[in-house]
Amino acid sequence: MRRFAAALMLGCCFVAPPAAAQSVQERLPTCLACHGEHGQSQTPDVPSLGAQQGFYVTVQLLMFRDRMRVVEPMNDMARGLSDDDLRAFADIISKLPAPQPPDGPVDDARMARGQALVEVNHCNICHRPDFSGQDNVPRIGAQREEYLVKALRGYKDNSRRGYDAAMADVVAAITDEQILDLAYCVAHFR
Amino acid sequence: MRKLVSSGLLLAGTFGLLATAALAQQPEALPPGSPLIGRPAGNEAAAKLAPVPAPPLATAADKLPLDKLKAPKGFNIEVYASGMPNARSMALSDKGTVFVGSRLQDKVYAITNKDGKHEAHVLVSGLYRPNGVAFKNGTLYIAELSQISKIDNVEEAIDKSPKPTVIYNDLPKDEAHGWKFLAIGPDNKLYFEVGQPGNNVLHDSAHGQLRRINLDGSGAEVIAYGIRNTVGFDWNPKTKELYFTDNGRDWLSEDLPNDELNRITKLGQDFGEPYCHQGNIPDIEFGWGHSCSDYVPPIALMGPHAAALGMRFYTGTMFPSEYRGQIFVARHGSWNRSKKFGGDIALVRLNADGSAKSVEPFITGFLQPDNNYIGRPVDVMNMPDGSLLISDDWNGAIYRVSYGSKKVAGR
Repeated sequence: MRRFAAALMLGCCFVAPPAAAQSVQERLPTCLACHGEHGQSQTPDVPSLGAQQGFYVTVQLLMFRDRMRVVEPMNDMARGLSDDDLRAFADIISKLPAPQPPDGPVDDARMARGQALVEVNHCNICHRPDFSGQDNVPRIGAQREEYLVKALRGYKDNSRRGYDAAMADVVAAITDEQILDLAYCVAHFR
Repeated sequence: MRKLVSSGLLLAGTFGLLATAALAQQPEALPPGSPLIGRPAGNEAAAKLAPVPAPPLATAADKLPLDKLKAPKGFNIEVYASGMPNARSMALSDKGTVFVGSRLQDKVYAITNKDGKHEAHVLVSGLYRPNGVAFKNGTLYIAELSQISKIDNVEEAIDKSPKPTVIYNDLPKDEAHGWKFLAIGPDNKLYFEVGQPGNNVLHDSAHGQLRRINLDGSGAEVIAYGIRNTVGFDWNPKTKELYFTDNGRDWLSEDLPNDELNRITKLGQDFGEPYCHQGNIPDIEFGWGHSCSDYVPPIALMGPHAAALGMRFYTGTMFPSEYRGQIFVARHGSWNRSKKFGGDIALVRLNADGSAKSVEPFITGFLQPDNNYIGRPVDVMNMPDGSLLISDDWNGAIYRVSYGSKKVAGR
């Protein structure tokens, strides 16, 4: 499994970014090679995109295109996209099936700790009780666990720039240990 | 109690018996100063409230909601320029170029004006929340989240991607209320705020204040304290006193506190945040041991969670004389309120002594009766002909308000 994921990652990272003239439909397979064809990423550190909020997708693609978020290969991938391309990608991605949590046994104690943190930090208000998100607040339910950890740490140390200050505000008060429990809980949410 | 019930139900469905353990951890887990303090759990109306993000792409010129904006009789509203995502604070050059900052983008825009034809250009990209812009003697000053920079001879550099030179960066890097408004005072100094680093927080001596520096970045000094987050200020043309808006805290209640309009009459005044809100409400957490009478009260209340941002004294002669010397305030509009408030340009009428007489809506319609925004005003600015510009970060556009028989300003 691990080897499979690594192969996919190499596959995507050494693929030349699509030429600007390519249509959104022509570009899409390159995206899904890493992000997963059915909305579910099998690649470490690469988020699942299924049923993601269109507003959020547009914002992230814009931030990659205009280099407000610097994350290769996404800056290359988004280079040259028109505003209409961003809208079209957002539309397609929001219609992919939502990701599913991993199979197998769940650590109930960690889930309980995570859920308590979700309540205290009101994650379930902006991200909604089912973690499906709204507008610029992304769907996070069943997202890849290590990606959630990376995102939260990035907001905390300011290496990940948010569209607005909302997440920086919230994670300022959250410890790294809590980040691990939160990510576990949200990634395994059913 | 309602909180326990609803949380318990949610948890019971999800985690069964572990719910009890989770709830037991709840009461004291919110750290002091957390931006979430006061957020009512288990309240359905409040649970729906979240910041209202501006769309990331500008609205096409022919789709701008011009016909939904309402002005008093005799006033006209037209599009001055469009296609500038997240257009925020404005500054004007002596040659008529309008500079526009942004907060959610990385850009400062320049709108050139050639024979009445307005053209929007991206002046600089790659900046970090460049909300504040100010102009003096050919130089543009830009306030990013944690630094102030300048571009000399900026009008010769439009379309040449000029690189700003940093003149001051002794600033905290907090995202919360870190973006800045920037203006040059009658004393020829740059003024900007350092907001409080959270919704309602105690903080160190580097936050919650208004500062000024010389145009070369030297001589920094704090001129006012107890400010939560001002995103607009201007000087009374008669008295030269500085007036500023300040945004009240979130999550206190649907109707309180109000945003403030303040006036600095003496260097070093303290306006009370986070101990006292709107001049007469001690904070429920930090107000203990403090008295509102120890702080300078606002001269006007601008409405609950209204997000009163940019404000300018009207100095032109195009509008009827009753408007001269009064203040226009852009109220961006609330998010922390179930029935939204604001989304307009307010007119604050003043008494002869500079105190406020009244606050009334002037341009409305950004907030529609269905409780949705179709635009959100951020800043207002006087133009040399007496017209007034309004920036709208929701649509990425600038509007021009004029009075009398409509003259085509050119698009």
